[in-house]
Amino acid sequence: MTEPSDPGRAPDPEAIRPQRPAGPTHRALAERAQRRRSAVIAGVSTVVVFGALAAIVVRAPGWGQVRRAFFSWDDFRASLGDIAPAFMLNVRIFLIAEVLILVVALAVAVARSSRSPVLFPVRVLATVYVDLLRGIPIILLIFLLGFGVPALRLDGVTNEPVVWATVALVLSYSAYVSEVFRAGIDSVHESQRAAARSLGLTEGKALRFVVLPQAVRRVIPPLLNDFIALQKETALVGLLGPIEAARQAQIYSSKTFNFTSYLAAAVIFVALTVPLTRFTDWLVSRRRDRVSAGRLA
Amino acid sequence: MSSATWRAIGVVAVTGALLLAGCGDDDDETAGGGGGSCETEDLTLVKEGTLTIGTDTPAFPPWFEDDDPTNGEGFESAVAYAVAEELGFAPEDVEWTVVPFNNAFAPGDKSFDFDINQVSISEEREQAIDFSDGYYDVNQAIVGFSDSEAASATSLEDLKGLKLGAQQGTTSLDFINDVIDPDQEPYVYNDNSAAKAALDAQQVDGIVLDLPTAFYVSAVEIEGTAVIGQFPSVGEDPEQFGLVFEEGNPLRDCVNEALASLRDSGRLAEIEQEWLSEVVDAPVIPVE
Repeated sequence: MTEPSDPGRAPDPEAIRPQRPAGPTHRALAERAQRRRSAVIAGVSTVVVFGALAAIVVRAPGWGQVRRAFFSWDDFRASLGDIAPAFMLNVRIFLIAEVLILVVALAVAVARSSRSPVLFPVRVLATVYVDLLRGIPIILLIFLLGFGVPALRLDGVTNEPVVWATVALVLSYSAYVSEVFRAGIDSVHESQRAAARSLGLTEGKALRFVVLPQAVRRVIPPLLNDFIALQKETALVGLLGPIEAARQAQIYSSKTFNFTSYLAAAVIFVALTVPLTRFTDWLVSRRRDRVSAGRLA
Repeated sequence: MSSATWRAIGVVAVTGALLLAGCGDDDDETAGGGGGSCETEDLTLVKEGTLTIGTDTPAFPPWFEDDDPTNGEGFESAVAYAVAEELGFAPEDVEWTVVPFNNAFAPGDKSFDFDINQVSISEEREQAIDFSDGYYDVNQAIVGFSDSEAASATSLEDLKGLKLGAQQGTTSLDFINDVIDPDQEPYVYNDNSAAKAALDAQQVDGIVLDLPTAFYVSAVEIEGTAVIGQFPSVGEDPEQFGLVFEEGNPLRDCVNEALASLRDSGRLAEIEQEWLSEVVDAPVIPVE
């Protein structure tokens, strides 16, 4: 904000004023002082607050025990070697579930947004699905599908727990994500659809070429939000037996009475979620920039 | 810097100091005195005048009956009440509290005087809690469907190719990993209920449990299954169940005296005979 005086500037109203000594204006000086003061307060405040928190934790009577139980470097290294390979199961489930969720959720959202009277039963079905599946705890769904369906002993139906746990995650998350899509579809102004229809597009084509592209673009940040949550939820697959990262951490922990393995699992999960979170933020800010530049409605 | 700056710093500093002051170390443990005497009134107890015993819920046969530890039926319930009697407690002075299996031997303060929940004595666990002397010599066993390939297994080698399952944190899981060492990674469950459901869903070829539980699962819980084999304990220390105490609890010595007297009088063997007699018939798979 400091504006260096420019002697070569063309005459302007400023020049008519009585001459001041060269250098920053009073206002610039005041602003600079204000900034410096803010920086000092922020710095001191940060040091004091975090210092106090650290001191509280470190001075606590049980700190030594907590440090051994949760922050043991040896246990961290030892457990990380077991947990990292187990985490690949989480990643595989996550990647497959994510694609399926996008497909199912979009289908449900489109069904709920349909208007044709013929499709009324489909709308009812989609609404009931979303209401029910969002309300059911995922754990129940995982046990129900993972242990229940195979126990029916149906011919030709897999009893593979990873498959059924993934189906449970897809069913549950599709209900949430379909609402995100529906919000996106509803956010596209009615005039867009009307304009598309007046150009001769059918209802279906208007949805596909005009409404959905805008709707989907708008909901990308909340979609990623749900997928970050999904990443962590993949740990529930372990309930059915397969050893994924969180279970591996638990196994290590119950052998050693040391919880550092959970920290190691957390570090691995965070290593995946933080880049995704930053990516989401970047998408949001890019979109905001474009909107403010008037390039996007 | 202006006075306003200093004032702001002051506020922050005072807040910090108050936060710090809030964490005084005022929770000095008043460690139980006494020790030595095993007279009922001298015992160090969680709750005065009451013997508080922990176990998991649901409580399964043959260790407990009808999911009710208080009825004195089932092997562990009977042992618990016999120990209580030796210590001088009437049955009505015994109280039960729910303790999940893995919490029983995790470090920390305990809500029970002792826990009885088929906890095998092990060095690892002994770092966090104290065990009584063993009250039952336990064999691991494997349960599978009688009409499956697994049912014909007669050696450890026959079991290697199977998909196995066990509850996490148990010696059964250690047995799979350390002794059977299967080709496929075992499935691991939060509790035996999930392991049983997985066996019923035929997601695993066999689950490993302690022998009496295995017997109950095959005889009552999952139709069509059998105890494929039991594995005799190896090494100089057989695997034993022990009662769990908070580390350093002086009550342990008194309970050990009680257990010794139950063993000497033949009472412990009687209780075992009453509740666990049929388990001896299971085929033996040798562990070299």
